[in-house]
Amino acid sequence: MKYALKRAVGKTIEGEALVSPVPFSARYDLDRTRGIISRIDHPLRGESITGKIFISPGVQGGVAAGWALLAMAQRGVGFAGLVFGDTNPVMVQGAVTAGIPIASGIDGACLSGIKTGDRISLDPANMELTVLETVDGREL
Amino acid sequence: MILTQEEQEILEQGDARAEALREQIQVGEFFGAERMVPVANAHFTGDPEVFGAAGIAYLERMTNAGLKVVVPTSRNATCVDLDQMESFQQLASLAKEEVGVRKSLTTLGVLVVNTCIGYQTLYQPRLGEHVAWGDTGTVAYANSVLGARSNYEAGTASLLAGITGRTPGYGFHLDENRRANAVVTVTAEMTDLAHWGALGAFAGSAYRGYDNVPAIVLPEGVVPSSDALKHLAAAIASYGSMAMFHVVGHTPEAATLEQACGNRKRLGEAEFGQTDLEGYLGRAEPGAAAPDVVVFTAPQLSLFEMQGLAQKLQGRKVKAETKLIITTNRSVFVEAERTGLLEVLMGAGAAILQDTCWYLMDPAQQRKDFGWNTLVTNSAKLANIVKAHGYAPTIMTTGDCILAATVPVESQAKES
Repeated sequence: MKYALKRAVGKTIEGEALVSPVPFSARYDLDRTRGIISRIDHPLRGESITGKIFISPGVQGGVAAGWALLAMAQRGVGFAGLVFGDTNPVMVQGAVTAGIPIASGIDGACLSGIKTGDRISLDPANMELTVLETVDGREL
Repeated sequence: MILTQEEQEILEQGDARAEALREQIQVGEFFGAERMVPVANAHFTGDPEVFGAAGIAYLERMTNAGLKVVVPTSRNATCVDLDQMESFQQLASLAKEEVGVRKSLTTLGVLVVNTCIGYQTLYQPRLGEHVAWGDTGTVAYANSVLGARSNYEAGTASLLAGITGRTPGYGFHLDENRRANAVVTVTAEMTDLAHWGALGAFAGSAYRGYDNVPAIVLPEGVVPSSDALKHLAAAIASYGSMAMFHVVGHTPEAATLEQACGNRKRLGEAEFGQTDLEGYLGRAEPGAAAPDVVVFTAPQLSLFEMQGLAQKLQGRKVKAETKLIITTNRSVFVEAERTGLLEVLMGAGAAILQDTCWYLMDPAQQRKDFGWNTLVTNSAKLANIVKAHGYAPTIMTTGDCILAATVPVESQAKES
């Protein structure tokens, strides 16, 4: 199963998907020391983001994200990749500095088609997000 | 991207400056920028609380490589007022890190002015001038009120722009993205800074998204001050992640609604009425419990705001159970001291912080340390931020904030 991306930069990676139904804030959603989603009312509270390809409909929050991604990468608790419906310069600048591939332009079909735990690949050069293996055995 | 001869030569050097430019080019390519644009000015946001050891190491790598900014570059508000950290129970280690960061930034040629209101006290870019600013409220003010051109330049991005003297030309550097695609017509009575923050919260929430630009139409005869537009810009960025708005008849690219909107497709229209405004505001009710903390910040206060507070605090004292905090930058602080405002403010019991904006000082930790829960402010931006830190915030007009925070001097004398 393949999904087209509108914008993307960085190296091609494979990893486990972590799908958030809500927009992402690097400053307020995360325990940046442990790489855990910590916001009290976040639907993924308690989930580790370390090594995951994080998928979310959008982004929110200010310029702190620019630093948060680098800080987590250097602690070894950071994301493997970031995929959004829509994003802004803050998240892209932060991802580039931290060396994390980032993409945007996915739609609702992608957000509902990929499940947390699926094995996926993010290929910025070809602007593609591909499901390699599903977590629950559903057909590709 | 199409690079100039000079940019190609920078890349060919293969050194730290080439690396800086390469990082910028990646961001430009993501957003489909055709070329880099020269910037006249950069504004850097970062402090040890937000960037930790990784950021400190990043700055050290830059200084070790001998890099220097090539355009005037200033620094945003930071996480600590070094003179008052003990009274806010901030860690000595944070001060040590902050001193190190200031040294690194100074070595890079950055002016360590620690302000988020540089556009009021340091430098005002002119209409059409490209800059690279790294604080959301300052970017919204630069684009909207001054007609300068900047994207959000977060994290390392503004520093890279200072070092290369350019930034990728996408987003708000381009004419076509600066036109309005929503209209907000104000019918509410706009008489206080808190009202302008509430308008920003309303417009930001209604048309959330970095690419969206609302055109705001004010009632006849309403003329917003720089401080009013400052609160509007800070709130629209905070609630809407937006970087630009127009105020028809008042901001430089919006002489008329037609000029503000051009031919851009419209997302929608909304009215900001008296009921909408009042929905954002609480009131200082007589006999209500004293708030734990009342904060004037986000953005730092101008000298005019300091004067306004001093006038309201004449003959009043901060309640024993309330902490009143005001933040500003060093140049306003010095002038407030010289003009006698500081004496009035501090005499009434206010804590005046400089170099910082209070929400950068780890408010969640202060809540634990001091047992604070209820917070009153005239800043819609601050109210939005501190909810994430566990506070119960109420936005009030500046006058109501003072009423909530203080009692007349005579009544406090009677109490004691």
